[in-house]
Amino acid sequence: MGKTDDPVLKVEGLGIDFGGLTAVNDFSLTVYPNEIRGLIGPNGAGKTTVFNMLTKVYDPSRGTIIFDGKDTSGMTEVEINRAGIARTFQNIRLFSGMTVLDNVRAGMNGVITYGNLSAVLRLPSFRKQEKEIRERSVELLEIFGLKDDMDLLAGNLPYGAQRRLEMARAMATGPKLLLLDEPAAGMNPQETEELMDMVRSIRDRFDISILLIEHDMQLVMGICEKITVLNYGMVLSEGTPSEIQNDPQVIKAYLGD
Amino acid sequence: MNNKRSQIVSFSIIIILYAVLEILLKTGNLSSLFSSLLIPVCCYMAAAIGLNLNVGISGELNLGQAGFMSIGAFTGICVSGMLSGVISNGVIRLVTAMIVGMILAGVFGILIGIPTLKLSGDYLAIVTLAFGEIIKSLVTNLYLGMDSRGLHFSFVQNKVSLEPGGKMLLNGAMGATGTERIASFTAGVILVLICLAFVYNLMDSGSGRAIMAARDNRIAASSIGIDVTRTKMLAFVVSAGMAGAAGALYGLSFSTLEPRKFDFNLSIMILVYVVLGGLGNMTGTLIATMLLVTLPQMLRGLSDFRMLIYAIVLIAMMLITNNEKVKIFIEKMRLRRKEKGAGNGEN
Repeated sequence: MGKTDDPVLKVEGLGIDFGGLTAVNDFSLTVYPNEIRGLIGPNGAGKTTVFNMLTKVYDPSRGTIIFDGKDTSGMTEVEINRAGIARTFQNIRLFSGMTVLDNVRAGMNGVITYGNLSAVLRLPSFRKQEKEIRERSVELLEIFGLKDDMDLLAGNLPYGAQRRLEMARAMATGPKLLLLDEPAAGMNPQETEELMDMVRSIRDRFDISILLIEHDMQLVMGICEKITVLNYGMVLSEGTPSEIQNDPQVIKAYLGD
Repeated sequence: MNNKRSQIVSFSIIIILYAVLEILLKTGNLSSLFSSLLIPVCCYMAAAIGLNLNVGISGELNLGQAGFMSIGAFTGICVSGMLSGVISNGVIRLVTAMIVGMILAGVFGILIGIPTLKLSGDYLAIVTLAFGEIIKSLVTNLYLGMDSRGLHFSFVQNKVSLEPGGKMLLNGAMGATGTERIASFTAGVILVLICLAFVYNLMDSGSGRAIMAARDNRIAASSIGIDVTRTKMLAFVVSAGMAGAAGALYGLSFSTLEPRKFDFNLSIMILVYVVLGGLGNMTGTLIATMLLVTLPQMLRGLSDFRMLIYAIVLIAMMLITNNEKVKIFIEKMRLRRKEKGAGNGEN
């Protein structure tokens, strides 16, 4: 799998400065189709900053991001998502005042072609597309085990379900690359186990690549084919889970001398 | 389908009230005081529905709704005055005036929205507050007249010289005088119904979900491909347009109208209707508007205590509608009703 295909994401020399502080420097990463890639590192290493640059929440100071063969410089957050990168957030960011179903439906706005006028007048084009969007959303909710809760307000869901809903919402935008920021944070070992199965199954089902930040080593080592280690904003090491586990530099970064 | 239920309630309230009031009006059982309130209440309702979309659903504070009403009102009066020689049918003139008022208010909405809605925070509140005052000052100093040569305007008194047979449309601080009163209660009710249907249908569509998503979490909304500025602009401009149409109707229901009628107090009053009725709750907005417009009139008998009681009612309503316990109770009732519905479905 993988290597012979063109990479879905190719990052080279990426860096960002906040004032005089260099948060990330010379970050390079190549992700291939259908790959699950881990991004780990001690607290403050710059992992989430990398995500924010990939999704254009921050504009990188240096370097290039080639996604799906296209240079993404100059793209906005919205355009990046339309191009095919979707993400979840470390501190869950749901639309808490909206229902579970509407959270997912909001993710499908990119496919809507009817205008506001046909929505207000309830024209056939509106009805037809809304029906499709609803069906697809319910399907997604079923995959993520949220179908029974679809009429609840998203803010009233239990924690684990909120994390799953965030993933469902990201998947609703039809991405080629899914960025997961600490998907297992706050989950117990059993929930983490279920999450691993879910991540694998959505990768296979939708044929996407996944880049995930995680502190739970059981999860990272269990599902990632390759891992990139970040420390002080720079790539410290890259390799398969067993290579990473035995890399003295990585051990030093995590445990100290 | 709790949504559908509240929509039906809103529409029924308006239609039933319209029927009752129309009968009372036709049989002459309505005091002149109350019948003079009918059209303004409809205008306030339409402006409040628009504002609720902007404040409640889109989550941006707007303190200039009176400014948009003012634009609509004086545009409407001018349009009606200009067309009086051309179109004799009052209904067609009224509709034209309301549409032009709506469009012009919407255009002003776009102009204000472009610089402010890109920013998150209270910028819109500050700018709309200033906007309302600017519009008031502008109209207070605007002299506009029409004769056979066309329109003439000036910001200096008596500088507009008209040919014989010409007439003044706007007279500075005196505003519009001698307006032909072509507004009707029926037109007001239709306006409210259209605004309601518009907002309900918009909310239950892709754009509506985008508006709510942008309110709940700006960053997450951008991350799933929602253009936050555009959706906020949509809600703001629709709100401004509704205020414009409502203003035109309002303006054409009085023979004289002064610009200072549309001051900051009116903006706040409409905001109070929205907040009291519940942010995002259209039925609540309608009820709050009706109550708060009629209450001071009903309390007239209390003379000196009138405003005191009014204030107490306001505070009590705030406390009750925003009380956690009341909210939990309502939520419980909703769930119980739903369970019942599900049980019936299985049988």
